[in-house]
Amino acid sequence: MIASRFTAPSAALGRLLRRRPSFPRGLHLAEHKDTAGLPIQRLPFAPELIVPMLQHIGKPAIPSVRPGQTVVRGEPIGRADGFYSLPVHAPVTGVVRAIEPHLLADGRMVTAVVIHTLEAADQRVLWRTPRDVERLAGPALIQAIQDTGLAGMGGAAFPAHAKLAPPEDAVIDTLIVNGAECEPYLTCDHRVMLEWPAAVMAGIRLAMRACGARQAIIGVEDNKPDAIVALTAALPADGSVRVQDVATKYPQGAADILIYTLTGREVPAGQRSSAVGVLVSNVMTLATLGQLLPAGEGLIERVITVAGPGVARPGNYRVPLGTPMRYLLDFVGARGGVREVVLGGPMMGPAVASLDVPVTKGTSGVLVLTPRELAFETRPVRACIRCGECVCVCPRGLNPCMLGLLAARGEYETMVADYHLEQCFECGCCSYVCPANIPLVQQFRVAKGVWRKRSASRAA
Amino acid sequence: MRRVRGCGAVALTPIALAAAFMAGLGGLLAALLALASRRFYVYEDPRIDAVEALLPHANCGSCGMAGCRAFAEAVVAGRVEPARCTVNTPERNAQIARLLGVAVGQAQRRVARLACAGGSHVARMRARYDGLASCRAAASVGGGGKACAWGCLGLGDCAAVCEFSAIQMDPFDLPVVDAERCTGCGDCVEVCPKDLFSLQPLAHKLWVACRNRADGATAEAQCEVACTACGRCVADAAPGLIRLEDNLAVIDYSRNALARREAIERCPTGAIVWLEGGQVLRGRAAKRIVRVTPLPLASEV
Repeated sequence: MIASRFTAPSAALGRLLRRRPSFPRGLHLAEHKDTAGLPIQRLPFAPELIVPMLQHIGKPAIPSVRPGQTVVRGEPIGRADGFYSLPVHAPVTGVVRAIEPHLLADGRMVTAVVIHTLEAADQRVLWRTPRDVERLAGPALIQAIQDTGLAGMGGAAFPAHAKLAPPEDAVIDTLIVNGAECEPYLTCDHRVMLEWPAAVMAGIRLAMRACGARQAIIGVEDNKPDAIVALTAALPADGSVRVQDVATKYPQGAADILIYTLTGREVPAGQRSSAVGVLVSNVMTLATLGQLLPAGEGLIERVITVAGPGVARPGNYRVPLGTPMRYLLDFVGARGGVREVVLGGPMMGPAVASLDVPVTKGTSGVLVLTPRELAFETRPVRACIRCGECVCVCPRGLNPCMLGLLAARGEYETMVADYHLEQCFECGCCSYVCPANIPLVQQFRVAKGVWRKRSASRAA
Repeated sequence: MRRVRGCGAVALTPIALAAAFMAGLGGLLAALLALASRRFYVYEDPRIDAVEALLPHANCGSCGMAGCRAFAEAVVAGRVEPARCTVNTPERNAQIARLLGVAVGQAQRRVARLACAGGSHVARMRARYDGLASCRAAASVGGGGKACAWGCLGLGDCAAVCEFSAIQMDPFDLPVVDAERCTGCGDCVEVCPKDLFSLQPLAHKLWVACRNRADGATAEAQCEVACTACGRCVADAAPGLIRLEDNLAVIDYSRNALARREAIERCPTGAIVWLEGGQVLRGRAAKRIVRVTPLPLASEV
């Protein structure tokens, strides 16, 4: 179908001239998607894997193994503690060396199961609980999704089953599959769409059944034409799923932004996307769901883009969860010297303070920046002259300039009450364009933290 | 009268009318006000004003009330003792007690105390933080660059928030609390992203200046003055006073009366200290710290 469109010259011209759906403001960034052409390849097992019991948003899992015990690849090693929690599975066949607190990338200390990899460990998954997926529906399906330990793989790591469970107060009519991947450097979603379109479709079908949506729209930025072709070829015949190319513009892949781009609906302030009948899920999350659930496996590995000027062998790697960052960086040839290691994309990803942190379910990329990039980032901060550059790019229509001035004075209440601080999702556009190099997003993050703490103590 | 009338009754009448109206209106409003002041009169103990005048007016909240006025009301009502205001001088509190004819009472003065001694000359950094100069901002980026995940980040949010200038940053980027100036308002307790500050009565002289929960070897590699949980202080103190919990010595202050300085003497790192007379006393066995320059960056700790 798509091929015929390309063969007709007039249609091709029309496609070129057609305006892709988009959203107001935002940024056109340098893409740096050099790894887009590199197929997904496996990373060998590290000698020791650190598997944290908390790799998602919610309550940590409860370890169900003892030190000294042998575990096989795929075996559950932690059970979910309630609905807003996820089980954890062993990513490798090995011996549990210890169960101890370990540092995570966000600076928290979390209980982790440290597994010493056995010499003979291979890639086969040795623990499965196959289910008849076609028969599953309703709460049983949600339970089955929870048992896979799947968390949102776009970065936030919200438990997938909790997201897909139909809300009590709203009806979901549309499932939006987020394949925008608007962050520079990252190409792992691109590769997944290109290499595993069948898994994407299987995941979409399961997710639609779980949340009750009748249609699904896959939003893909138009800088990934090969992924659009691959997905279109795999679409089911009933027409319930369609692929929509959207303008390449940052932050197209933010949930509320993509909802607006694809459906024209705006999520009201302070409400979830279900208020407008939409559910957004990252494409890799759904592809993984489509692979894990029919096979009855748990989430034990994920695809990560390793890129940046400080990496000798960049690419898309299928990494066992719990692989220490130091091992991963050694493997891709990123050694020593002054550098900044960023988890996720360069716009929103946090820098890590330690290379001993493990890869977790929410790690979408690892970026190594060299002093050349850092020089620009760390140039001196000057005073705000209210030039308004940040106002011109804020996709939320906020006034980051005013928010920044208020944050510097510590007037956090005013920021929330009059300038809608809580509407900021920290995309980083304002900090990126600020000619005075003011760390606006960081100020907002601190302000949100203080405000959250204060409103919590007021409620108590 | 004649002259007035001669000026023209027509010209004067509106003025007289206006004056009479204003006088009438004034009288009416005055009557209303008089009535309202009777009707809505609230009796307030005059002693509240007197007590408030004797308070420091810092409105710091260290007494647990919304401010000095609320505290004065509570004192006059007999709900708290005057000594509960630890910011006031003892003489002033005695004056309040005399005024009200109550006992001054006993309240321990509490001051802010930092559970960390890891300055830049003894605690290692595993990464260099470059960004907004605020501990809370640094803590949101991978927990800050300090090797010890529990340690003080040293960017001085506490010193900035203290309204009484009681916290100064020392040359090693560690906050030092001036116990004389500290009112115990708790602002620093709230602002510290690592929860290292707590309000402690001055009588708590035995103090563990560390929160590192890593095992001994790791802790000492991260910070030279970390508690390694060797247990010497536990053995040297009265039974039950100190215990080991998550690789850290923890003092049970309900048994504070048993605390003796001997407990700190064999501490190899000087993590447990004795605070007396504004001095931080380390044990005899504690390693001497002679370095005055920051430790170099080490990514593998």
